Amino acid sequence: MLLELEHIYKEYRQDQLAVPALTNVSLSLDKGEYLAIMGPSGSGKSTLMNIIGCLDRPTSGSYRLDGVDVLSLNDNQLSEIRCHKIGFVFQSFQLLSTETALHNVMLPLSFAGVPRSARRDIAARALARVGLADRLDFLPNQLSGGQKQRVAIARALVNDPQLILADEPTGALDQKSGAAVMDLFEQLNAEGVTVVVITHDGGVGSRARRMLHIVDGEIIEHKAGLPELTEEQPQ
Amino acid sequence: MLENIRNSLRGIWSHKLRSLLTILGVIIGIASIIAIVSIVEGTNQKLEKSLIGSGNNVATVSLSQNGWYYDASAGLPAGVPMMTRIELDRIGQLAGVEAVTAYVSRQAWNAVFYLDRPLSYGTVYGIADDFFGTMQYSVARGRNFTEEEYNKGFKVAIIDGNAADSLFYGEDPLGEIIEIQQEPFEVVGVIRDDNAGEKEEYQSINDYYMYGWESGQGRVFVPERAWPIIYQFDEPRSVGLRVTDTKDMAPLGKRAADILNENVTNPDIRYSAGNSEEYADDLKTLTNAIRLMLVSIASLSLLVGGIGVMNIMLVSVTERTAEIGLKKALGAKRRTILTQFLTESAVLTSTGGILGVAVGIGLAKLISVVANLPFGVNVPWLLIAVGFSMAIGLIFGAMPASRAARLDPIEALRRE
Ligand SMILES: Nc1ncnc2c1ncn2[C@@H]1O[C@H](COP(=O)(O)OP(=O)(O)OP(=O)(O)O)[C@@H](O)[C@H]1O
Ligand SMILES: [Mg+2]
Repeated sequence: MLLELEHIYKEYRQDQLAVPALTNVSLSLDKGEYLAIMGPSGSGKSTLMNIIGCLDRPTSGSYRLDGVDVLSLNDNQLSEIRCHKIGFVFQSFQLLSTETALHNVMLPLSFAGVPRSARRDIAARALARVGLADRLDFLPNQLSGGQKQRVAIARALVNDPQLILADEPTGALDQKSGAAVMDLFEQLNAEGVTVVVITHDGGVGSRARRMLHIVDGEIIEHKAGLPELTEEQPQ
Repeated sequence: MLENIRNSLRGIWSHKLRSLLTILGVIIGIASIIAIVSIVEGTNQKLEKSLIGSGNNVATVSLSQNGWYYDASAGLPAGVPMMTRIELDRIGQLAGVEAVTAYVSRQAWNAVFYLDRPLSYGTVYGIADDFFGTMQYSVARGRNFTEEEYNKGFKVAIIDGNAADSLFYGEDPLGEIIEIQQEPFEVVGVIRDDNAGEKEEYQSINDYYMYGWESGQGRVFVPERAWPIIYQFDEPRSVGLRVTDTKDMAPLGKRAADILNENVTNPDIRYSAGNSEEYADDLKTLTNAIRLMLVSIASLSLLVGGIGVMNIMLVSVTERTAEIGLKKALGAKRRTILTQFLTESAVLTSTGGILGVAVGIGLAKLISVVANLPFGVNVPWLLIAVGFSMAIGLIFGAMPASRAARLDPIEALRRE
C-alpha cells in the first residue's frame, strides 16, 4: 500500500471559528494506481491533496505514506519526502518566470542534492519525456499554457517520485491542451507512476481507472473507470 | 554555495537601482572608514618621518611637574639643585651616549621682535658651545657664536629658518637687530636642523599643535651666559644627549634622568626624558584615538545601512513569497531557503563593501594629494572592511532569511 489515510479530519481556523474542510476521510492507494478526485468547489479536494502531498497536516487522523507515519515527521523530513517521493503539479503551473524551462525542471534536482553537472542531462531527459525536448531554453512566458503545464509535469517527474499529485492540472488550459496533459498522465501511469488527479471535468475523471467524489469534506461515492478496480480498498 | 552567490549577483544586477540604493549606506560607511583610516595612516607616517627623521637620535631631559614641562619662569624650584658638570660628565660616560649638552629654554609668546613684527610663538634657547654639535644643527648661513661670545654672554642670536621666515619675510636677517624681551640682539647666523628633512620640525607635542596653526613660529638661540639679561639667573637647565643607536634613545634618556634625579629632593618636580620617538608615539596614540572615534561614527552609518538592507530583504521575502513557497513545496529544506537569503544579503552588502573600499581609496588618494599627506592604504583594513560589510549582511539578513525559511508552503502558494 503506497498511502493509507484514516479518519482524516481537517479544520481551518477563521478567527475563533472552526471551518471544517474534511470531516472524515479514509482512503488507501496502491502503487501504480490512477485516481481521479472530483467534487464541487469548496468541497475539500485541495485540502486533501495538500495533506497527501505532505504540504499540510490534518487536524486529526492518521496518514502513512509508503509505510512511514507522515504526521510524526518534522519540517525537514517532510521536505525530504516532498523532494524524493512526491511530484506536485499545480493548477496555475507555478513556474519561476525568470528561469528557463530547463532551469525550472532542474530546481528539484538541486534540492535533492544531485551534483550540478548531472542536473542538466536529467532535466533535459524529463523535458523530452513530456515532449518538450526542443523548448529547453524557453522562458515560461514564451510557452503556451499546455507547454507550461508539461514543464511543470517534467519538474514533478524529475526526481523519479513514487506519486504524482495534480490539483486541477487542466483548469487553466483549453480543451485540446488539457486533453494532451491528461494523455500524458495516462502515459506516465502506464509507465508505472502512481497518479492522483483532481478535476472538475467529468470527462477527464472518467478516463481514470479509479474515481472518488468528495462532497462537503466527505467521500461519498466511488465510481469505477475500469471494472476490475471497483473496490474501494483492493485486496 | 557558488551557485547561490551567482544567483544572488544575478538578482542584484536585475534590480540595479534598488540594490544600489539599498547598499548606499554600506558604501558610505565603508568608504568613510577607509578614507579615515588611510588619512590617519598617512598622518602617522608623516609624523614619524618628521619627528624621528632618518637617524635622529637626540633625546632631551627636562624638569617636569605632574607630567607637564616645569614652568621655567618660576626659577629653580626648591629641592632641585643646579645641574653641574659632574652630572653631565656622568651622563656623557654612559655607554652609547655620544655627546651631551645642557641648556636653558623658554616658550616665547611675543617675546621676540624684529621692528614691529613679533614672533608670536617660538622657543628661546640659552646654549653653550657644545649645543649645536650635540643636537646636530648646522649653521646654514652666517656663523656660529665665537668662543668669546659664548663665554662673555654677548647679545648675539642665531635663529632657525622658521623664525627667519616669520620675522624677516625672506629678507636677509644677518646683521639685523632683533629684540628679545626688549633687549637688542644681533643676528649672526641661521641654522638648519640636519635631522628634519621637511620644513616642519616638531620637537614636542606642543610644537606639533603650535607649529601647525600659528603663523609666527621658530627658534631663537643666544649664548647661555646672556640669559640673565633677558630672563633671570639660576633657571632650571635641560640636557640634550645624542646616542649612537636610535633604539637606545628612550632607555638612555631615562638613565640620564635618573642620574639627575639623584640630587633632587622635591617629590613633585623631577627630571624626565622625552625624545622624538616618544612624542611620535604620543601623537600616534592621539591620532589613533581620533581614528577610533571617527571609525565609530562611520560605523553608525554602517548600522543604518544594515537596517536598510534588512528592510529591503524583508520586502524581497514578501515579494517572493510565492517563489519561496513553491521551492518548499518542491522539497527545499529550511536550510536551503535560509542559505539562499543569507547569501543574497551578504553578497549585497559585500558588494557595497567592495564599492565602498574603492570609493574610500579614491577619497583617501584625493585628500592625500590636497593635504600633502603620504598615501597609505592599509591592506588588512581593506579586508576587515569587506569582511565587516559581509558580516552586516549576515546579521541583518538573518531575520528576513529565517522568516523566509519558516514560511508555510501552502500559505505561500495560496497567495498569488
Ligand atoms: N486557509 C484557509 N482558511 C480557512 N478556510 C479555508 C482555507 N483553505 C480552505 N478553506 C476552506 O476549506 C474548504 C475546502 O477548501 P478547498 O480549497 O479544499 O476546496 P476545493 O475542493 O479545492 O475547491 P475548488 O474546487 O474550488 O478548488 C472551503 O470551504 C474553504 O473555504
Ligand atoms: Mg482546489
